[in-house]
Amino acid sequence: MDDLFSDAVKALLTDHCTPAVVRAIEAGQSRAVLWEQLEASGFADALVPESAGGAGLVLADVYPVLELCGSFAVPVPLGETLLARGLLAHAGVSAPKGSVVFGTGQLASDGRLHCAQVRSGTQADWVLVSCGGAVRLLSATNAQVQVAGFCLDAQMSWPQADWDQAQQVPGAHDLVTLQAALYAAQLAGALMAVFSRTLQYANDRQQFGKPIGKFQAIQHQLSLMSEHAFAARMAAQLGLCATGQVPDRLRVAMAKARTSEAALEVAGLSHSIHGAIGFTREFDLQLYTRRLHAWRQAAGSESYWHDVMGQALLDSPEPLSLDLMRTLTDVVV
Amino acid sequence: MSQLDSLNPSAIPAADEALRQDVRAFLTEAMRGVPAHVRARSWSGYDPEFSRELGRRGWLGITFPPAYGGAGRSAFARYVLVEEFLNFGAPVGSHWIADRQSGPLLLKYGTETQKQRYLPAICRGEAFFCIGMSEPGSGSDLASVRTRAVPNQSGWLLNGQKIWTTNAHNCHFMIALVRTSGEATDRHKGLSQVIVDLSLPGVTVRPIVDQSGDSHFCEVFFDNVQLGLDALVGDEGGGWEQVTAELAFERSGPERLFSSIALFDEWLAYVRTPQGRTPQAQRLAGKILSQLAPLRAMSVAITEKLTRGESPVVEAALVKDLGTGVEQLIPAAIADDLFSRDAADVPAELLNTLNYITQVAPSYSLRGGTRDILRGMIARGLGLR
Repeated sequence: MDDLFSDAVKALLTDHCTPAVVRAIEAGQSRAVLWEQLEASGFADALVPESAGGAGLVLADVYPVLELCGSFAVPVPLGETLLARGLLAHAGVSAPKGSVVFGTGQLASDGRLHCAQVRSGTQADWVLVSCGGAVRLLSATNAQVQVAGFCLDAQMSWPQADWDQAQQVPGAHDLVTLQAALYAAQLAGALMAVFSRTLQYANDRQQFGKPIGKFQAIQHQLSLMSEHAFAARMAAQLGLCATGQVPDRLRVAMAKARTSEAALEVAGLSHSIHGAIGFTREFDLQLYTRRLHAWRQAAGSESYWHDVMGQALLDSPEPLSLDLMRTLTDVVV
Repeated sequence: MSQLDSLNPSAIPAADEALRQDVRAFLTEAMRGVPAHVRARSWSGYDPEFSRELGRRGWLGITFPPAYGGAGRSAFARYVLVEEFLNFGAPVGSHWIADRQSGPLLLKYGTETQKQRYLPAICRGEAFFCIGMSEPGSGSDLASVRTRAVPNQSGWLLNGQKIWTTNAHNCHFMIALVRTSGEATDRHKGLSQVIVDLSLPGVTVRPIVDQSGDSHFCEVFFDNVQLGLDALVGDEGGGWEQVTAELAFERSGPERLFSSIALFDEWLAYVRTPQGRTPQAQRLAGKILSQLAPLRAMSVAITEKLTRGESPVVEAALVKDLGTGVEQLIPAAIADDLFSRDAADVPAELLNTLNYITQVAPSYSLRGGTRDILRGMIARGLGLR
């Protein structure tokens, strides 16, 4: 089941989410064609119950899809939409057509609702905004949108009336933790993509009469990259290891912290090994390494989540840190 | 890459996890009142009576078949036991190597006579083993060993010298990698493993004092030591392959994550007090936990591979290299935390533990293969060599 699912996603992305498509959407061209192909596949409804026309999967099942969103540098919010539709369906709200992303908002004295940085905000049809403890679904049509940070991310604002009249999502929802679980999985995918591309480059690039991968200094850097990529992947998998629809906040903290730390290490080493060519727009490496930094910065950097984990560890009465480690890592078959 | 791609979260079977309760109840009593700087020694701490008590409780050689005194349990059962021993800082050094690798090696390559002779004694905590690999001229370049066993009418005549042999002065037997045919230039060919009874005439063991003041490793000299015919383990000339398989056991276990855990837990106890708790310490606690926990999951995933009879050599090297990195970060970062404060109230026992771990930490990234050797092994696994 797992492999069939991820093989299908992989085939779809290989065909339709090429580096050329990623570049075009980053440059401001329409996402419509790619989005329709992804929408037609039904993957965005993976978490929606079967009774509502979805696949009825749980969070742990969708890890491979989210990882692939990272390894293919998917420039549209497939992962966000997949998680948002799951959240909406289980809250009893029927999802609107189109892409959905997440935002954290504040009602300001200028009479508007402001979201300082909405990830993939430029590619959103809808935004699930958390503000003052409530979560509502706002159409992006009425929003003022300005690129903020990474080229696909945006500062967005709406007239307060839009917030007041927006569809309410019942229940308490921790959107930041949900996003952090997503970006940890995408980071794991991008880390693996950067690592395997760098390994390939080291085998191809010749200097001093041999592939640079034959030099011990380069080999050791690649070994270190692989260590970070695999530890991060394990953490990201555990981040989504939940039998239901809501991720465990502490596991997500571990996942996002570890993948974010690895992002910095792996991005740095990959550029070091690639030399000048890796720094060009023309070469594909940047499609992935820029995302390593963008996703490290999304939904809490490593220190944000270290604080969360540290608090849990210090509040725990157990004298052995092993016991919290077991809670974080023990899985059931 | 396929071998590394397959490291996925793995579950410890409930029957093996169930061991934890019993062993923890025992350790809670046995370790009561033992100070942290002593617990920090854990598998470098020697206590033959403690080992025999574990043997009486059936916790040594638990993976060995019942016919040889074991319980026929899986690698997960041993994982749970060992994880508890290490986290309680139990003095498990006496039997450590016999239980971890000498026993499994004999089980895989030994003759029936060897299995009957050694394995039940290991399970009782009455036969302690060390591993003779390094020599003065052969450290990372292990294939260059010069100690030689020459066949004669009585068996094998052993001459040469081993060094950095962990715990040789407290052991009954050594399994040594020696040359039995060919010359040093033949490299991997002509190497074999032999069991040496360390009480034999011609064996001299000299402990070496390390920078922490402990003597955990030794020089061992062989001067015309007569070994019996049955000293050979496995095939003559098969030593290199056997040693490589053995190292997967040596490198993959939880002892590669928890070497500094006594210090971490002792520091946490201080940081949990009202005067010890600061935002900086809280963040550091989370950072260390976020690095240790995924490694624990990887170590469990490797254990799962061991239960399927695989020899995950590259994965083990990867976990060990990362693991020693965190183990060495712990004393460095904790020292920075404690001495960035007005540290008038830091308990002496915490300082003693920090001092011990700081002094012993360099050994983490040299025992069981240096950092550079491990990265070279990973590079080979990646197809770069």
